[in-house]
Amino acid sequence: MSRLLKLSIFRYNPEDEQSEPHMQEFVLEETDSMTLFIALNRIREEQDPSLQFDFCCRAGICGSCGMVINGRPGLACHTKTRDLPGDITLLPLPVFKLVGDLSVDTGSWFREMYTKTESWIHTKKRFDPTALEDRMDNQQAVDIYELERCIECGCCIAACGTARLRADFMGAAALNRVARFLIDPRDDRTEDEYYTIIGNDMGIFGCMGLLACEDVCPKHLPLQNQLGFLRRKMGITSLKRLFTS
Amino acid sequence: MQTVYTDFLVVGAGLAGERAAVEAADAGFSTICLSLVPARRSHSSAAQGGMQASLGNSVMGEGDNPDVHFADTVKGSDWGCDQEVARLFADAAPIEMRRLAHWGVPWNRVVPGKSIYYKGGKQFEKIEAEDKEGLIMARSFGGTAKWRTCYTSDGTGHAVMCTMDNRCAQVGVEVHDKTEAIALIQDEETCYGVIARCLRTGELWTYLSKATMIAAGGFGRIYPNTTNAVICDGGAHTMCVDTGVVPMGNMEAVQFHPTGIVPTDILVTEGCRGDGGTLLDANEKRFMHEYEPEKAELASRDVVSRWMTHHMREGHGVKSSYGEHLWLDIRHLGAEHITGKLREVYEICTSFLGVDPIHQLIPVRPTQHYSMGGVRTNKDGAAYGLKGLFAAGEAACWDMHGFNRLGGNSLAETVVAGGIIGRKIAEYLQGCETEFKTGLIRDTAACQQARIDDLITCANGSENVYRVRAAMQDALHKGANIFRTQDGLETCVASLQEVVARARNVGLRSNGRGVNPELAAALKLEGQTKMALMIAYGALMRTESRGSHNREDFTARNDRDWLNRTLAYWKHPDDTMPTLEYEAATSVFEIPPGDRGYGKSEIISADVTKE
Repeated sequence: MSRLLKLSIFRYNPEDEQSEPHMQEFVLEETDSMTLFIALNRIREEQDPSLQFDFCCRAGICGSCGMVINGRPGLACHTKTRDLPGDITLLPLPVFKLVGDLSVDTGSWFREMYTKTESWIHTKKRFDPTALEDRMDNQQAVDIYELERCIECGCCIAACGTARLRADFMGAAALNRVARFLIDPRDDRTEDEYYTIIGNDMGIFGCMGLLACEDVCPKHLPLQNQLGFLRRKMGITSLKRLFTS
Repeated sequence: MQTVYTDFLVVGAGLAGERAAVEAADAGFSTICLSLVPARRSHSSAAQGGMQASLGNSVMGEGDNPDVHFADTVKGSDWGCDQEVARLFADAAPIEMRRLAHWGVPWNRVVPGKSIYYKGGKQFEKIEAEDKEGLIMARSFGGTAKWRTCYTSDGTGHAVMCTMDNRCAQVGVEVHDKTEAIALIQDEETCYGVIARCLRTGELWTYLSKATMIAAGGFGRIYPNTTNAVICDGGAHTMCVDTGVVPMGNMEAVQFHPTGIVPTDILVTEGCRGDGGTLLDANEKRFMHEYEPEKAELASRDVVSRWMTHHMREGHGVKSSYGEHLWLDIRHLGAEHITGKLREVYEICTSFLGVDPIHQLIPVRPTQHYSMGGVRTNKDGAAYGLKGLFAAGEAACWDMHGFNRLGGNSLAETVVAGGIIGRKIAEYLQGCETEFKTGLIRDTAACQQARIDDLITCANGSENVYRVRAAMQDALHKGANIFRTQDGLETCVASLQEVVARARNVGLRSNGRGVNPELAAALKLEGQTKMALMIAYGALMRTESRGSHNREDFTARNDRDWLNRTLAYWKHPDDTMPTLEYEAATSVFEIPPGDRGYGKSEIISADVTKE
């Protein structure tokens, strides 16, 4: 007989006036190779069809299923129940607006972030469909891709002390995004222009260096290195600003 | 009820939808994409391998051009495609790849000099040219004469999706995420937008538009084992089926991918085989080269999937508690390659299987992967049957894939078709005036509200949503799989007719309030079962084998009688069967039907002439 798992899951449906936030316990028999994706779907199909949670690719690629699993933000799709104790507690990610139960609104948060960081290539060059592509060094392309691997699951934001204290802090995902464009030769923005976006408490100076962002990142992105990189770059920029003003 | 107006409304915010939206926005039109999830979570982002375009930069792609790409695509389709469309696609693909580079995609680039590569488990050497340094690199994929697949490691879809969504933000395309379209507003002549359900609150919204596009991806989730994301459930297709006037094209053409991992059916990219990975059986012996001496593991997906299934039937499968499977071996590619160019594969294997592919074999089996069928459109992307309705990407049957799609051609199709059709839509919108009939809008909304109320109060019955869905998936799995027979398909059709009847009697167990997920599943269930019947019935009627459609009782490709496309309608909501019609597969033959060069070659010829 395999283990009986006891899952305590946060329940609250803001659209139902009868609903009060509470924890609800579900018991489920563990099966071979069970992930939280399998477990939560089984609970929904067999025990409580109203249970809200988000999955999309269920393969660790899209970032939909970020949640707090036994106290730690992570992706539910690639969390295997055999790596967890028999008592499992699931909570929605903090910082993001709650939609219901384990489902949160990461979309609005990230869309606001794109707007703030102007997350696109800034260039005056026009595309010429008759010309060959501009050349790029392969290593440079690989370095950019390395930072573009962020899946916007929100785990780094949910684990961030500063983000939990102040709503206007951009967080590791946003700083990583800025670093991605800063190293892209196709982007014409000057360091001064980047400084205007992140050279403040909402950006690079807000981080308290608790390192949780990098600890919980399911894609193992070098988030703290990026922060260090930006601080060095921006430090020089702010010095230059002092001497030229 | 809130009402939103926009010039151009896209149902779906994956690559095809966003690419078309960018064209319309660039032409000055207001554009909104509706999406079940934030745009970057779209299933486009899960595409690992790459995009085919005949840039010919790599030494292994030398001499490549749109003609060769076109020929590969037509052969891949088993002559089931529209050759005019395949030509449009092959010609535009190189320009689109360069445009994506301009917008910010970090394509892997040519590194000049000596490097090694693998084919069929053996090591070879190649020397990339100095004068191509820094141009977009390509890798090998199945069914192609040249290395043509442009890539960003094995996260191509993700990288292109990020760039496309950035571009949308830049040009002012709005994405309304957590929004699910549930019905088209239409009068059987023109489409005026959709009724949608907000997945933040559960409220219904009205979206009015001059042009509406279905770009919601595939519908693999109507099968039980699929590589598709959970959002690829055909919900948007069901809106079109419900109109009675918009046909679905070639629904029986369902692609099974050779390398879904066991047991979760998560895909590992064809790039594994493209980069030299091999398939092994229970004795850890290679077998594909015996069936296909020329192409071996790199024949097209329909062919490889079929031989794998055949080989397991012959008793060479690996037994496991999840049924039989085979092995994918990439160990010889080495740690650097696997953790670099195949990193997603490495992560999938370690995270989901506990297998280290540098040292261990990967358990794989063919699993449902791609829907060649979909909303039938003309070459401009305009849906048959309704003015103002368009479709693109996997959701559409445009139809450049015919009965089998080549790897790397779907991700390329999203942006290429999105671009071509987006420009056509911008032309359509130019000078287009519409009158919105308030009565029609009110009636459509009221009808949807009534459906919801009936489901909540169990007015039509209390059949369990998830059980009916499982019955549908089970019927398809048993009867409309890789190998098909008359008996199997007849049984499948009969059980699906029962399932359709049950789907009409579904009622919720929960209270249906707010963003109720049971309600979301229930609203699309009847439409899904109708689509399942279109697959099974279309397959039963098509008495030949072509591409992914493989009849054991009709093994020849019959060009004399079946060089055509199935159009499936659900003409009246109370019908118990779809209505099938047929049209010529292509009106133009640049390449008359012939041998593909892989797979079987039993052909009943047609009398067609080259244009």
